[in-house]
Order: sequence, then structure tokens, then C-alpha cells
Amino acid sequence: MTALLIGIAFGFALERAGLGDSRKLAGQFYFTDLTVFKVMFTAIVTAMLGVFWLARLGVVDLANISVPETYLLPQLLGGLIFGAGFVAAGLCPGTSCVSAATGRADGLAVVLGMFTGVLLCGAADLGGAALYSATPRGSETLPQLLHVPYGVVVFAVVAMALTMFMLAERIRTAS
Amino acid sequence: MTPRRYADPYVAGTGLGLVLLASFVLAGRGLGASGAFTTVAAKVIDAPSLHRSEWLLLEIGGVIIGGFVSALLAGRVHWKVERPSRMSLAFAGGGVMGLGAVLARGCTSGLALTGGALLSVGGWVFMIAAFAGAYMLAPVVRRSWQ
Repeated sequence: MTALLIGIAFGFALERAGLGDSRKLAGQFYFTDLTVFKVMFTAIVTAMLGVFWLARLGVVDLANISVPETYLLPQLLGGLIFGAGFVAAGLCPGTSCVSAATGRADGLAVVLGMFTGVLLCGAADLGGAALYSATPRGSETLPQLLHVPYGVVVFAVVAMALTMFMLAERIRTAS
Repeated sequence: MTPRRYADPYVAGTGLGLVLLASFVLAGRGLGASGAFTTVAAKVIDAPSLHRSEWLLLEIGGVIIGGFVSALLAGRVHWKVERPSRMSLAFAGGGVMGLGAVLARGCTSGLALTGGALLSVGGWVFMIAAFAGAYMLAPVVRRSWQ
């Protein structure tokens, strides 16, 4: 039930931002519309600060929140491939579901293409390939990797995001 | 009904961040999307390596409902078909993203957003690589967006 409610709020937020519209997302990669970057980094900073302060105040225990597993090489290569597909499709997996739900046929095409791609990967047993399991780092985090306190990395991410928001606003006024 | 304008990106982003935070606190995990696709695919074919998550399947069901309701309230639900070249690239791009997401074990939701907020090394590697891959291919598919 939690999953369904969180999903509804997730889909609602994506649609409100305009992220069901492939042209709006594609604009990110031609510097004509930076909504993707702004929404994504505002969300990351909000959730990152929330987790950091709730943990510091003892409201949540970080041990109870699962951190995505790191596999350096597959995630570097997978990311590059994913990005290429993203700009061709104009939507990512989550936003394609929103797009299809609002009646956009290209959103539905992305959903079907994505499903076909995943099916082929399963049939080809990509998960059994040596590359898939290469360079595992467990649930490593940036503070652990860099040997820097959690709060310092949080501060650096906030500073970087604010700098990039300021640059993003200048690009918008320039165009 | 004239479609209402989209929300300010910083306001929508804060909302999205609070949803992500709620997921961390209430479910002990972040958001996801590609994992729902692999879960359905694993029901169709016998592929032991595909990630299975009933939680993500239910969550994506919610995403479809939430996206539809939001668009309906704003007068933005319309059947809209793009021209054939754009539709083909949408399908092909989706397929390529499927490969990337399986290889990386996640997508923009599960790795970039979730891993980004939790400062996961893989989440940040994936996010930077995905932006790089998109900017590299962007000039090639530029005409399809005009």
C-alpha cells in the first residue's frame, strides 16, 4: 500500500513538472529547456538534506535505508548507453509511464521499446556476463570513497547545485 | 479546457524530493522505474538474472495513476501521436535505455535520484555517464526534435 501511494505522489510530481512531455525533456540536451536538471537536482538536494538532518536528529536510522549497490564499470557503460537512449526517446523509464498515461503515443512507444529491450537482455542472459558483475563496490557512498565526513559532501553537493541553478537561470535569460 | 501551465521546476523538484524522502523514511528504500519493467519481463520469460521487485511494480502502477490524475486535473490528457520518425526513435531509444538500465541495475529514478540523494558512488557514476551519453548523441538526433 505504501508503494502504491508513494508511486501516485511520484507520478503526480513528474506530471506537474511537465516531465511527461518528451520535447521538454529533450530540450535539456539542446539547452533550450533545463527543467530536467532543475527538477532533478532540487529533488536530490531536498531528499539528501532531509535524510541527513533526520539521521542527525535521530529520527531515522541510516542503517534502515538501503543504498543502491555500486558496480563501477557496468554503471559507467550502462549510464552512457542509457543516456544515448534517453535523448533519442526523450523520456526515461519513469517519465515514459507518465507520458503514456496522459495519452501521448510516443510515451507508449518508449514503454514498449523499453520493455522489448529488457526482454532481450533477459533472453540473452546479460546478467550472466562477466561485465555485469565487474568492479563491485557494495553500497559504497561518496563520503566513504573520499574519506570525507558525510556533512562535508552534503554541503559540497548543495553548493554545486546552487551554482548550477544560477548558471541555468543565466542560460535561460540569454536565449 | 485550456491546459494549465506546468509548475515551477524548483517547486515541483521540492515536491519530488519530499516524495523521495517519504519513501526513504516509510519504506526504507528510494524510488524506481526500470525495476518494474524487469519484474514484468521476468514473468513473461524465464530469465533468472532479471531483477524482480513487487514493490516497484506496485509503485509504477501508482506512477501511472498519479500522472494521469495530475494531467486530468490540469486539462492535459489528450491522445497525441507524433510523426513516424519520432515514434520510431521513441521505440528504439526505449530499447537502448532498457539495455543501459539492465546493465547499470537501475535508471534515472533508482540510481540517479535515489542514489544521488543517498550519495551512492554508483548512483553518481551512472548520473554523470547518462548526461554525458545524452549530450554526445544529442547532435545526431537533433533533427528528429524539430
